[in-house]
Amino acid sequence: MTNAQPKPRLTNAAREALTCYLFLLPWGIGFLAFVIGPVAASFVLGFMDYEIVTPARWVGLANYIDLFTDDARFGMSMGNTLYYVLVFVPLHIVVALLLALLLNQKARGIAVYRTLFYVPSIVPIVAGAILWVWILQPEWGLINSTLRSVGIEGPLWLASLTWSKPALILMALWGSGAAMIIVLAGLQGVPQHLYEAAEIDGANPWQRFQHVTIPMLSPTLFFILVLSVIASFQVFTTAYVMTGGGPAESTLFYMLYLYRRAFVLLDMGYAASMAWILFVAVLALTLVNFKLASRWVYYEAEQS
Amino acid sequence: MIREPAIEALPSREIHPSARGRPLRRLLGRGSVQLTLVLGSLVFALPFVWMVSTSLKADRQIFAFPPIWVPDPFIWGNFSAVFIYAPMHLYFFNTLTIALAHVLGAIFTCSLAAYAFSRLRAPGRDIIFMVMVSQMMVPYIVTLVPLYLLFAKINWVDTFYPLTVPAFLGTPFYIFMLRQFFLTIPMELEEAAIIDGAGRLRIWWSIVMPLAKPALATVAIFSFMFAWNDFTGPLIFLNTREKFTLSLGLQAFMFERRTMWGPLMAASTMMIAPILIVFFLAQKHFIQGIALTGIKA
Repeated sequence: MTNAQPKPRLTNAAREALTCYLFLLPWGIGFLAFVIGPVAASFVLGFMDYEIVTPARWVGLANYIDLFTDDARFGMSMGNTLYYVLVFVPLHIVVALLLALLLNQKARGIAVYRTLFYVPSIVPIVAGAILWVWILQPEWGLINSTLRSVGIEGPLWLASLTWSKPALILMALWGSGAAMIIVLAGLQGVPQHLYEAAEIDGANPWQRFQHVTIPMLSPTLFFILVLSVIASFQVFTTAYVMTGGGPAESTLFYMLYLYRRAFVLLDMGYAASMAWILFVAVLALTLVNFKLASRWVYYEAEQS
Repeated sequence: MIREPAIEALPSREIHPSARGRPLRRLLGRGSVQLTLVLGSLVFALPFVWMVSTSLKADRQIFAFPPIWVPDPFIWGNFSAVFIYAPMHLYFFNTLTIALAHVLGAIFTCSLAAYAFSRLRAPGRDIIFMVMVSQMMVPYIVTLVPLYLLFAKINWVDTFYPLTVPAFLGTPFYIFMLRQFFLTIPMELEEAAIIDGAGRLRIWWSIVMPLAKPALATVAIFSFMFAWNDFTGPLIFLNTREKFTLSLGLQAFMFERRTMWGPLMAASTMMIAPILIVFFLAQKHFIQGIALTGIKA
C-alpha cells in the first residue's frame, strides 16, 4: 500500500452546500422542535382525552363530536369571533385607507401627523388594554365624560352585552396606524402618469380614485385583508385583560375559550382539537381569499 | 406564528413629491385637509394625554366631571405607589432579559440563516426557503398545547427558557427580512475574500455583518419590541410573580386593583415610555423595515 488513505476531499460545490445546511441548522432544529413537531402532536392530541393528571387515552373523534354537538360555548365563542372579524376587518381597512389618503396630501407638519397616527399601533397591548378600560369606564372614562358634556349618556361599554364587542373593536381600530403605513407606501407607488392620463380623459376626482387609486392599491389592500383576517381570528389578549370574556360571555372569543380549556381546565386533548379546527378554518378562509382575489386584485404584470 | 407585519414609517419627503393626492384634496379643499388632520390626530393622541394626565392626578381629580386635563397639583405619588403594589423593578429586569435574548437570537441565528439563503447554493435550498416562509402562516395556537406539554416534561415551565431558547433557533420573519437586505449587498467584496481563501463564517462575520448594520438594527428593534409586548408566551409559561414580565405583571396588577386608576396609568406609562423612546430614536429603522418586508405594492 503506497498511498495513505486518501482524505475524502469535497468539491467546492459540496463544501458550499454543506456550509449552507450548517448555517440553516439552528433554524432547522427550531422548526422541527417548536413548529412541525408540535403541529403534528397537536393533531394527534386532538383524538385523545388528556388531562395531564391522568394518562392520555385514545378517544377517536369524540372531542370533535362533543365540540359540534354538545358544547354551547364552542358555537358561542366562534360566533363572537366571527362578529369581531366581520366588523373589525372591513373597518380596519377603511380606516387605514382613509388615514393613508389623508396623509398623502400636501400639508404642513405631515410627518408629525403621520407619527401621531402610527404610534398607537406600537403600544404594548396590555398597557393599551388597561388604558382603554379606563377610557371606556362608564362613569369617569374619557369617552362617556365627553359624551356627557354634550348631553349624551354613553353606554356601559365593557359591561354591556351589546357594546362589549364594539368597545374592543374600537380599541383595535386605534391601532390601525400599522396598516395605514402599508397603504401609504402603496399609494406612493401609484405612477403619477396614470392620474394625469385619467385627468386628460376628463375623469373627476372620484372617478380617478375609483379607477386608478383602488385598482393600483388592490394588492396592498389584499395583503392587509389576508393578514388581518388571520390575526383577528386569534383575538385574545384584549379580551383576556379587559373583560375576561364577560359580560355573560359576550366577549368569549375562540382563543379565550381555547385558553380556558387548555390552561384552566387542563383539558389538553380537547383544546388541541379546538386549535386544529381554528387552523383549518383560518387556512380555508385564506384560500377563499386568494381564490376571490382574482376578481378584484389588479396585478400590473397580467395586463400590460 | 402570525405576527402583525412589521410596520414602519416612511420618510416625510416621499409623502408629497407631487400632487399625488390631488383627487382627495380637490374634494375637501386645502383647509379642510389640515382641519381633518388636526382633529384626526387629536383622536389618536388623546388616549396618551389622558393616560399621562391621570397618572399625575390625585384621586379627587381623577374622579371629576367635567374631566380635568391638567393635574393641579402634579402628583408623583402614583408612580412610587406602583412599586409598592407590584415589584415593577423585577418585571423590568425580567422583560429586559427576555428581550435581550430575542435581540441576540435575531442578530446571530437569523443572520446566519439569511446569509445561507441569500448566498450559499445547495440542493433544495429554495424549497427550504418556501417552507420557512409558509412557517409564518402557522397560527401560534396550533403549537401552543404541545409546546406547553413539552416544556412541562423537561421542567422548563416557570423558567425563562420557553421564552428565550426558541428565539435563538431562528424566527422566519427576521430571516426573511435579513435575506432581502443581504440580496442588495454587492457580491464583489465577498468574492475577493473567497479568492483570498477566507471561510464562509469569516465572510459572514467580518464582511456581510458590518455592511448589514442598518438591517440588523431594524431586526433588533422589531425583536425587542416583540419580546417587550408579548403577553401570551409569559402568560402560559410563567407562574411565579417574581418571574413575571411587564405585560404579565401589569395584567395581574390590573386584575387585583381594578379601580386604582392613578397607579394603573402610571404603570402603563412606564411600560409604554421605553417603546416610544425607542421609536423616536430609531424612526429611520422603522422606515427601513417596510422596504425589507417587500410589501411595497
